[in-house]
Amino acid sequence: MAIKLGDYKTGVHNDWCPGCGDFGIVNAIQMSLAEMQIPKHKAAIFSGIGCSGKTSHFINTYGVHTLHGRVLTFAQGAKIANPEMTIIAAGGDGDGLGIGAGHFVAAGRRNVNMTYIIFDNAVYGLTKGQASPTLKLGEQTKSLSNPNPNYNVNPIALAISSGFTFVARSYSYDVRQLKDLITAAVKHKGLAFIDVLQPCPTYNDLYTRDWFSGIDQINEETKKPTPRIYNLADVGYDPVVHYSTTTELNEKLAQALEKSLEWGDKIPTGIFYKNELVTPYTKRITDKVPNYLENPAAKQKISKNGKPTTDISTILDSLRI
Amino acid sequence: MVFDYSWLIGGPQGSGVDTAANIFSRVGAKLGYHVFGKREYHSNIKGLHSYFVVRLSDNKIRSNVNGANIMVAFDAETMIRHGLSISKNGAIIYDSSIVNTSIDEIPTIEADHRVRLDEFFKSKNMEPKVSSIIELAKESGVNVYPISFWDALSNIADELKRPELSRMTRMFNVLGVSFSLGVLKAPIAPLLESIEEIFSAKPTIADLNKKAANFAYNYASAKFSGFNASLNETDKEPNIMLVQGHQGSALGKMVCGCRFQSYYPITPASDESEFLETHEILQVKEDRPGSTTIVQTEDEISAIGMAVGASLTGTRSATSTSGPGFSLMAETLGWAGINEVPVVISLFQRSGPSTGLPTRQGQDDLLFAINAGHGEFPRIVYASGDVEDSFYDTGKCFNFADVFQLPVIHILDKFIASSVVTCNRFEPDLVSIDRGKLLEKIDGDYKRFAHSPDGISPRSKLGLENGVFWNTGDESDEHGHISEDPVNRIQMMDKRQKKVEQILTLVPKNDQAVAYGKSDICIVSWGSPKGPILDAIEMHRKEGHEIGFIDIKLLEPFPTEHVKSLLKDSSVIVDIEANMTAQLGSLIRKNLLKDPDYYVLKYTGRPMTCIEIFDSLKKILEKKAEKRQVLLYGD
Repeated sequence: MAIKLGDYKTGVHNDWCPGCGDFGIVNAIQMSLAEMQIPKHKAAIFSGIGCSGKTSHFINTYGVHTLHGRVLTFAQGAKIANPEMTIIAAGGDGDGLGIGAGHFVAAGRRNVNMTYIIFDNAVYGLTKGQASPTLKLGEQTKSLSNPNPNYNVNPIALAISSGFTFVARSYSYDVRQLKDLITAAVKHKGLAFIDVLQPCPTYNDLYTRDWFSGIDQINEETKKPTPRIYNLADVGYDPVVHYSTTTELNEKLAQALEKSLEWGDKIPTGIFYKNELVTPYTKRITDKVPNYLENPAAKQKISKNGKPTTDISTILDSLRI
Repeated sequence: MVFDYSWLIGGPQGSGVDTAANIFSRVGAKLGYHVFGKREYHSNIKGLHSYFVVRLSDNKIRSNVNGANIMVAFDAETMIRHGLSISKNGAIIYDSSIVNTSIDEIPTIEADHRVRLDEFFKSKNMEPKVSSIIELAKESGVNVYPISFWDALSNIADELKRPELSRMTRMFNVLGVSFSLGVLKAPIAPLLESIEEIFSAKPTIADLNKKAANFAYNYASAKFSGFNASLNETDKEPNIMLVQGHQGSALGKMVCGCRFQSYYPITPASDESEFLETHEILQVKEDRPGSTTIVQTEDEISAIGMAVGASLTGTRSATSTSGPGFSLMAETLGWAGINEVPVVISLFQRSGPSTGLPTRQGQDDLLFAINAGHGEFPRIVYASGDVEDSFYDTGKCFNFADVFQLPVIHILDKFIASSVVTCNRFEPDLVSIDRGKLLEKIDGDYKRFAHSPDGISPRSKLGLENGVFWNTGDESDEHGHISEDPVNRIQMMDKRQKKVEQILTLVPKNDQAVAYGKSDICIVSWGSPKGPILDAIEMHRKEGHEIGFIDIKLLEPFPTEHVKSLLKDSSVIVDIEANMTAQLGSLIRKNLLKDPDYYVLKYTGRPMTCIEIFDSLKKILEKKAEKRQVLLYGD
């Protein structure tokens, strides 16, 4: 029997502010799970701390609401121990790119087969609107007493240079595109990253829904706003590394980095970079432990009638004098 | 007369001192002696001083004595640091080229130590030189055997027609151990066998070293034939192993089914993870091979995060670290506490605070282990006293974690991790596996944190059908969803806290604290002082004095009733531990409402010797002891 979208919803009251960009993201995750028909016990949502951290409570799969900045560590541990699980990690931009930046970089290097979604609204909402790592230098959102004194992190560029093998951006009010990207990310063989731009209607008065829709950029002929957001797929951009040649790899990396710098009047979304030629972490384990995928940590039988079945006699023999 | 003999080798780090000590330990074990070796080294890759003392005895031994009987020194620093610790009738074998080296020519001696040495030589009216040490050693009845290590190398190079060998100073170690065994008239076969075993992966190097060993052994046994002590073939006990300290808990983890370990490199914990990784593929009875997944993480925060994540899948999971790394784990420890996640943290203590003495012994993390993490949640802190205990205790720690669904901090330390000992072959059949209320199948409704009389709810795992649950670091309801309701809060806090009572009821008394004889005077201690304490009370027993010893293994929750009952017939309590503030002492005061009568403490960063403990107990027996004695022995 098909699993319905409603089956992925919990009855937990959602306490996000009206109009929050988070709603679009949680809906897109649920739609994507329904589209892929992933049984709810075969998926786990790991989340960080902050408003976005509550995501896992609204989705009816295993849900692990972790610690500030540490979501990737918990998620990778679970995925490596039980590679059959579909793992989606979610967290805010402060969570992943501020306190958790070290884990972000290390996760890229590892390339564990899972998906990481950053809820990117450029502020710390739950603590009342402080500047987050993606707020640009000199910008002043409404609860800041002074302009932001720090340069911003470029999440796309950081992901690409850290070794993520699927790097995308979406916009939380384009739920359909986001759903498609989540599905593509989950199916990707390696670590996938989606930076989701989302307004914080309460604390970010700069990157508002109106701003993203270009209300300040009225087309003189049509008298309509020119939306800032556009999809890379619509402009013939090919993010995929097709061949394992250094030339192509460098071209695709350079192209993605260049696109990551585009901001202001036009903001690209969609897949910036995708490379399945890099070995996922799974392969790096099976190279040493051939039966890892059939018999991973979580599946191993360790005892019979309360007694250990592991046989260490060879090692003990080698220590014998 | 019981044979009890200690051999010391020193040299710059990176020069192969460990290999030499490994060879000597193997030879001792092959001859049937009990072996106890300890390694001392600086936080440095190459050049600073390191040394190894290997003690051999006819009897079971669990510690080192002060000093040694025989020493090999091919560098001046070893001579300066240890030359005067060699006992009467002992021997010093040294490279003749170091005789005129003065302490000013040894930049690796610390400034403070240099001042002490200057004062010492001044008081003796002697030049601050190796030659003065040799003279003093001779005066105290030590045999001195100068040998030119360089000439020996040249001779070997000539003999083998390989001139490049004449500069291969790495061979000094094999020469040193072989000279020693020649002086000690040990049979040569175990020496050659040991070299072959140690270099089994590199046959040409094995061959070269065997030739060098042969040469050095014959040279020394011919030239210094009159030495008064010898190593002989003795009755060998069956099933004896020679193990390194870190291997106990690693083997324990393999046997008890730990299948995931994440770690960040840190001394003295990493050796355990590396041993696990070397043996990552596991043989399983009547099944396909298993494996331990070892992940080297970007930091200790990630290490414990991954271990907790892995544990949520039902995998027995652990991380392994030392004090600085454990400090970083504190926040996640609380997360594991509130979410009732079984996870084992092997905490190999060293001396703090901060980086402290990174490669030295210390037991100063007990109260931190008990209190780490903000907020209130139950955890177990369990300590092992030696390598053999650490094997069996590891299995117990995983059972505690599963049965009580909480983090377990298994305390070990540098002394245990870097000692080399003979012990009985570990018996995996004595290990039991109890996964507690871990479910393999769920029908119907499921609530991860369902209330239950013992506070422990049936546990699902990621991937189990019908077992979906939520975790959060926030207070939660029975499903695991966030709840700030005051009534729920108190129910959940009380639910978790009920485990404390369960632990004290269900953990067998003999696993809580072990009594090694009871007496009017009774020692209380925890962790690695166990070995030197047992050796010291054995020495007192031979002199007709009985001293009791309670080794407290379960430190949190504290087994007050059991410890009380073990101490009920003792009127004098002596607390012995390797820290400054007597941390176990504070637990005794808090829980037993009793101040121990004496404290014997050591915080130089060096492990206790049985002699030091013997001496401090003697003062207590003679009623000449201060309430607080601080032990200082060792370099």
